[in-house]
Amino acid sequence: MKTLEELLAIKSVTKKTMLVREDIGDDKIKIVVGMGTCGIAAGARDVLNAFVDGVAEKELTNVAVTQMGCIDMCKYEPIVEVTVPGKEKVTYVNMTAEKAAKVIEEHIAGGEPVSEYIK
Amino acid sequence: MYRSHVLVCGGTGCTSSNSPAIIEALEREIAKNGLQDEIKVIRTGCFGLCALGPIMVVYPEGAFYSQVKVDDIPEIVEEHFLKGRVVTRLLYDETVDGDSIKSLNETNFYKKQHRVALRNCGVIDPEDINEYIAKDGYQALAKCLKELTPKQVVQIVSDSGLRGRGGGGFPTGRKWSFTAANEADQKYVVCNADEGDPGAFMDRSVLEGDPHCIVEAMAICGYATGATEGYVYVRAEYPIAVQRLKKAIEQAREHGLLGKDIFGSGFDFDLHVRLGAGAFVCGEETALMTSIEGNRGEPRPRPPYPAVKGLFAKPTTENNVETFANIPQIILNGAEWFASMGTEKSKGTKVFALGGKIKNTGLVEIPMGTTLREIIEEIGGGVPNGKKFKAAQTGGPSGGCIPASLMDTPIDYDNLTAIGCMMGSGGLIVMDEDNCMVDIAKFFLNFTVDESCGKCTPCRVGTKRLLEMLDKITSGKGTLEDIDKLEELCYYIKDNSLCGLGQTAPNPVLATLKFFREEYVAHVVDKKCAAGVCKDLLTFKIVKDSCFGCGMCARQCPAEAIKVTDYVAPGKKKPAYNIDSDKCVKCGACLSTCKFKAIVKE
Repeated sequence: MKTLEELLAIKSVTKKTMLVREDIGDDKIKIVVGMGTCGIAAGARDVLNAFVDGVAEKELTNVAVTQMGCIDMCKYEPIVEVTVPGKEKVTYVNMTAEKAAKVIEEHIAGGEPVSEYIK
Repeated sequence: MYRSHVLVCGGTGCTSSNSPAIIEALEREIAKNGLQDEIKVIRTGCFGLCALGPIMVVYPEGAFYSQVKVDDIPEIVEEHFLKGRVVTRLLYDETVDGDSIKSLNETNFYKKQHRVALRNCGVIDPEDINEYIAKDGYQALAKCLKELTPKQVVQIVSDSGLRGRGGGGFPTGRKWSFTAANEADQKYVVCNADEGDPGAFMDRSVLEGDPHCIVEAMAICGYATGATEGYVYVRAEYPIAVQRLKKAIEQAREHGLLGKDIFGSGFDFDLHVRLGAGAFVCGEETALMTSIEGNRGEPRPRPPYPAVKGLFAKPTTENNVETFANIPQIILNGAEWFASMGTEKSKGTKVFALGGKIKNTGLVEIPMGTTLREIIEEIGGGVPNGKKFKAAQTGGPSGGCIPASLMDTPIDYDNLTAIGCMMGSGGLIVMDEDNCMVDIAKFFLNFTVDESCGKCTPCRVGTKRLLEMLDKITSGKGTLEDIDKLEELCYYIKDNSLCGLGQTAPNPVLATLKFFREEYVAHVVDKKCAAGVCKDLLTFKIVKDSCFGCGMCARQCPAEAIKVTDYVAPGKKKPAYNIDSDKCVKCGACLSTCKFKAIVKE
C-alpha cells in the first residue's frame, strides 16, 4: 500500500457492509418488514431483501431494516412499517420488491410517504 | 448485501464452551432455510462476559444470546432469522426489558466500561484486515509516516501519559525516547505477549480479538524509535491468538502495510512471531529477549537496559500487548484525548481479567480511578451465593491484595503502590470468606517456586524456604517467631533478587501479612483456619444428636474412618455414627453427602 487513498477506499467499502452492526438509535429511520408465516407466504422475504439491497445501493447510512412477526392483518401482507424519527409511523400493505424500490426512493430518501400503498 | 450479521465469540473462553460447534450448526441451519445470502456469520474475539459464554449477538436488532447450545440453533434460525421473532427466552436476561431489547451497552456489566484497548474485540472479524481498516485501522500508521516525524510520535506518546500495562507502569513515551536516542545499525521492537499470571487473559483476548492493532502499533513504534524489525513473543499455550496474529501479519504484508517502503514513505518494517514454551520468567523483559535469541530464558542484569543493549545486543523497545493496543488510538485522537481519561498520574484505561468468587467472570476495561467497589459490585455483579467479599488479589504472583476495607480506593498505579499492593498486568481474583489468606499466599509461592529460573540464589532458595515456612504455618506447626522470620526473609528476597520475578515473589506473602496478620496468628496460636481451608487444622465431627444413622457418610468415606456407635439420639431410630479423627483424611466427602447437616467442619 503506497497511499492513504488506497486505505480509505478499503475503509469506505467495508464500512458500508458493517453498518448493520451499529446500534439502532432513535435517530435512525426504521423499516420493519412483517415476516410472520403469513408474510413469508405472501412474499415478504423478497420485500425484505429489496429494502436491504436498496438501502445499501443508495448508501443510506441512517436506516435500519429489521423484521417483526405477524401483526394480525394477514390479508394485507406483506406489511412494512416505516418510522422516520419525529414523525408518525407509516404502514404500507401488499408490498412487493418493486413497490419497495419506490418507497426507498420517495419516502426514505425523499421524505414523502407513498400514499397509494398505504391502507 | 447481508441483512443480518451474527457475531459469535471465538475467543478461547467461548471456544472451550463449544462455540465452534455453534458456528457449524448456524451455518448448517442457515443453509437449510436458504438464508445463506441474507445472513452472515462472523467469528469475533472476546466480548468480555465470559461467564455467559458461548455468546452470540445478532444484528441489526443487537439481540444478545448467552450460553447458547447447539440444540437452540434451529429454533433461533427459524424463529428469529427467518420470521423476525427474537427468542427472548434465550437472551441474556439483563437485556430483556418487557417486550423490547436493551442495548448491551446499557447492561450493568458494560455501562461503566470504557473500551479503548478492547474497542474492536467482539466487534470485528479479527481475521479480516478490511474490517479492521473499516474501524480506522492503519490510519494511525499512515498519519505517522505521512505527517509526523519520529520525534513528534514519541512526543505524542509521552504527552498522553501512557504507562506500561504489563504491571511496571513505566512511562511508555520515555521508554521509546531512550531507544530513539541510541544510534545503531539495527534496532528492534518487541511485544511481550508472554502472559503468565494465573487467571490473567487480557493480552490473549486483545491478540485474539484485534491482532491488527498490535501489528500497527509495533510498526508505529518502529518508526518512532528507528527500528525496522519486530518480534512478538507469545505463549505457545495461546494457539488461537498465535494463529490470528500470524494471519494478521500475513494480511498486512499482502496489503503492503508491513515490508518495504510502507505508504511510499521509505520506511521498512517487518514482524516475526516467536513462541514461548511457558516459562513464567520469560515474561521478564531480559529473559524474554534471551529466549528470542534462542537461549535458555534467564534474565540478565540491568543496566545495560534494553534501550541500550537489548535483543541481539541492539537497542530494543519492549512493550506489553495492552500498551501497544492503546497506541493507534492515541495517535488518531491525540494525546489530550487519552490524558483526559484516568487520574492525575495514571492516564487512560486498564483492562482487568475478573475471576474467582464473582458473578460476571470476564474481561473488563475501565478508566483508571474506578474503585474496586464499582468493579466488583456493579460491573462484576458481586460475590455469588450470598457470601461476603474478603479481598481481591491483583497482579498474580507478583502482586498483593486489596482488603474489603480499602474497596473504595480509586485504582491506579500510585494508589495501589501506596497501599502496599500493585497494579500488575490486570489479573483480578476475587476472594470471599471461604478463602484462607495464608493458603492464597502459599498458592502463589508454590507457583513462583516452580517458575523461578534458578539463576540467582535469593529467588531460587529464598522462595523455597518461604514456601516451607508457609507449609509449617498451615499445618499448625508454626510459631509466632516463624511469622517474623517469614517477613524478614521476604524483604531479603525482594532486595537481593536479580530480576522482577524474585523481587516481587514475596509480595503475596507481604500483602496478606499486612492486611490479614491475624489470620497468620490464628494459624500458629489457636491452630485454627477460620475459612476452613487448611486441612491439617480442621476436624470433621458428627453432631450425634442430629445424626439419623442413615450411614450414607460411612459409605462415602474413602478412609473407612466413620463407624456406627451404640448411641441412639432422642427421637431417632438408628444409632448415630462417629468419625475417627486419627483415620480421617479430611477430604470432606461426608460433609456433602449428609442430608441432615449433622456433620460439621471446625
